[in-house]
Amino acid sequence: MHKSKASRWLAGPYLLWMAAFIVVPLFIVIWYAMTNADGRFTLENLTQIGRYSSVFARSLILAAVSTVVCLVLAFPVGYFLSRLRANKQHIMLMLVMLPMWMNFLLRTYAWMTLLEKNGLINKFLGLFGLGPFQMINTSGAVVLGMVYNYLPFMILPIYTAMTKIDDSIIEAAQDLGCNVWQILWRVLVPLSGPGIATGITQVFVPSVSTFIISRMLGGGSNLLIGDLIELQFLGNSYNLNLGSAMSLVLMVIVLLCMSFTSSFDESEMEGVV
Amino acid sequence: MNENIIISLKDIVVDFDGQKVLDGLSLDIHDKEFVTFLGPSGCGKTTTLRVIAGFITPKSGNVFFDGKDIADLPPYKRPVNTVFQKYALFPHLNVFENVAFGLRLKKTPENEIRPKVLEMLEIVGLKGFERRSIHQLSGGQQQRVAIARSLVNQPRVLLLDEPLGALDLKLRKEMQLELKRLQREMNITFVYVTHDQEEALTMSDTVVVMSGGNIQQIGSPQDIYNEPRNAFVARFIGDSNIVDGVMIKDFLVNFGGHDFTCVDRGFKPNEPVQVVIRPEDVQIVPPSVGMLTGLVREVIFKGVHFEMHVDVEGYEWLIHSTQASQPGELIGMNIGPDEIHIMARTEV
Repeated sequence: MHKSKASRWLAGPYLLWMAAFIVVPLFIVIWYAMTNADGRFTLENLTQIGRYSSVFARSLILAAVSTVVCLVLAFPVGYFLSRLRANKQHIMLMLVMLPMWMNFLLRTYAWMTLLEKNGLINKFLGLFGLGPFQMINTSGAVVLGMVYNYLPFMILPIYTAMTKIDDSIIEAAQDLGCNVWQILWRVLVPLSGPGIATGITQVFVPSVSTFIISRMLGGGSNLLIGDLIELQFLGNSYNLNLGSAMSLVLMVIVLLCMSFTSSFDESEMEGVV
Repeated sequence: MNENIIISLKDIVVDFDGQKVLDGLSLDIHDKEFVTFLGPSGCGKTTTLRVIAGFITPKSGNVFFDGKDIADLPPYKRPVNTVFQKYALFPHLNVFENVAFGLRLKKTPENEIRPKVLEMLEIVGLKGFERRSIHQLSGGQQQRVAIARSLVNQPRVLLLDEPLGALDLKLRKEMQLELKRLQREMNITFVYVTHDQEEALTMSDTVVVMSGGNIQQIGSPQDIYNEPRNAFVARFIGDSNIVDGVMIKDFLVNFGGHDFTCVDRGFKPNEPVQVVIRPEDVQIVPPSVGMLTGLVREVIFKGVHFEMHVDVEGYEWLIHSTQASQPGELIGMNIGPDEIHIMARTEV
C-alpha cells in the first residue's frame, strides 16, 4: 500500500476528535467501573450486576423480539421496493424514511396517547363495545415502540442488498426448478445476507440500549438496561461506579452482537462483491 | 429432418401495455433440431423464447410440449432450461454449486451429483474450475458455466437467449462452433435467439426470421439466404440488391432495362415483381459486354473483398468484388440465371 503522506494528515482532525471524545471517556468509564466511591480498585461493581440479571435478560429478549419482527416486516417490503421502477423506488423510499424526519420523542409520545387506557384506540374500540384493553405499560408496547422507531433501519439495508439481485437470477432459479419458497431460501436470503446482517445490527443495538421507549411505553414494570444505567447517573440510586460497570457490560454485549453479525456478513459477502 | 414435433406454438398473442409483441404466432419446433429465432430487436424473438420457458403467459394461444398443453405450467415444472443473456449465475455459489443447483433441487443423491457435475464441466471445457468463485471467471467462462448449469439437468429443450451477445468477436465465433458441437453431442433441441444473421446461418438447422411479432420465413439457412420470401428477409439476411422488375413470362424477367433469363416461373405474364441479387453474385465485365452498365460511385475496402456502390439507372447497387474499380469508372455487370431470385412485390 502506498499512501501519500498528505492524505494521511487528512484524518488528523477526526483522530483528535475521537481521542478526546471517545477514547478518553471510554477509559473514564472503565476507571469508574473498576473503582469504588473512594477511588479504590474493586471488582464489586461488576459482580453486583448479577443482581440485575433479570433486567439484562428482559432487554435482550425484547430487543431480539423487536429485531425478528422488524426482519419479518422488512424482508418482503425490501423485495417489493427493489422490484419497482427506479422513479417509484425513490418515492416509496421517501415514504419509508418519512417518520424518521420527525422527532424521536414526539413519535413515542404519539404512541402514548394512542395506547393509553383512555387513548384513541381504546375509545375507538369502545364504540363497538370492546375493551378497554391494557396496552400501555406492557412489554408488547415496548416492542411496538422499538419496531416502529427502528424498522426503517432494517428496511434500507435489505432493500439496498436486494437492488443488486438481477431479475434474471430469480428467473434462472425458477428455470432450474425452484418454487417460491426455494427461491426465497436458496437465492434471496443468501444474496441479501449482508443487508440482513446490517439491519439486525442497526435494530438490535439501539433496541437493547434504549431507555426512552421503555420508560414512556413500558411504565415502571418494564425496566431495561438503559433505564437502569440512567437511574445510576441521573436517578435516585445515584451510583456512578455501578452505572459505569453496567455500561461496560452493555458495551460488551453490543460488541459481541456486532462481531457475530459482521462474521456472517463477511462470509456472505464473498460471493456478492 | 426429424419429424417429431416437440414444441408447438398456436396463435400466441402477447401484449405489453396494450402493444402487441406477438401477434398470433404459430410455430412447430422439431425434436433434436437447432432452431434459431432471428430478427431485429423488438421483433418478438426473446418474447417467444420466454413464452416457451414460461416466464410470460400469453394473452391467448396455446403452447404444446410433446402434444400436451403446458400454458398453465409454471417455469419450474417445464422440461426446458434457459441460458440467459446476462448468464445469471448465482454469485453466492462457486462453479460446482452453480452447476449442481438444479440437481440438488431434484433431490438427486449426493453421490450422483458429483460425477454428473464434473462430467458436464469437462464437456464445456471447464475441467478443474469447480472450486472457483464465479467472479474469477471471464465472460466466456461464465457463459460456459451457465450452459453446463442448464445441460446437467438433461432438459429436452435448451433455450438460449442471445448467449454470446456480450463476448468479443473471436470468442463468439469459437463459442458458436462449440454450441453446435454440444447440441450434436447431447442430441437435444436447441432454441437459440439472436439478432446476428451470420450467427444464425452458422449454427442452425432451421432459421425462423421474425419481424413485428410475426414470422417472416422459416427454412434452412440456405433457403433463407438463397430464396428469401420477401424484401424484409432479403434485406435482413446479408446484403442484397432489391430492384423492381417485370416477369415477362416463365424464366424471363426484365429489370434495369434488360431481359434476363432466370429459373423462376409461376408468375402471371407481365406481373410486376421484385428481383433480389446478392452483391457477390454480380460479375464485373467490360462495359461493352455487360448486360447492365453502371457508374461506380464509391469503393470501400472490406478485407476479404471490395464493397462498391454502383449507380444503375437511378438504383444504387451494392457489389462485392475481389477486384477494385475506380470511383467514376463505367463498368459492365453480368448476372447468371441462378443468381436471380424473384419475389412477388410487397410493400416493405
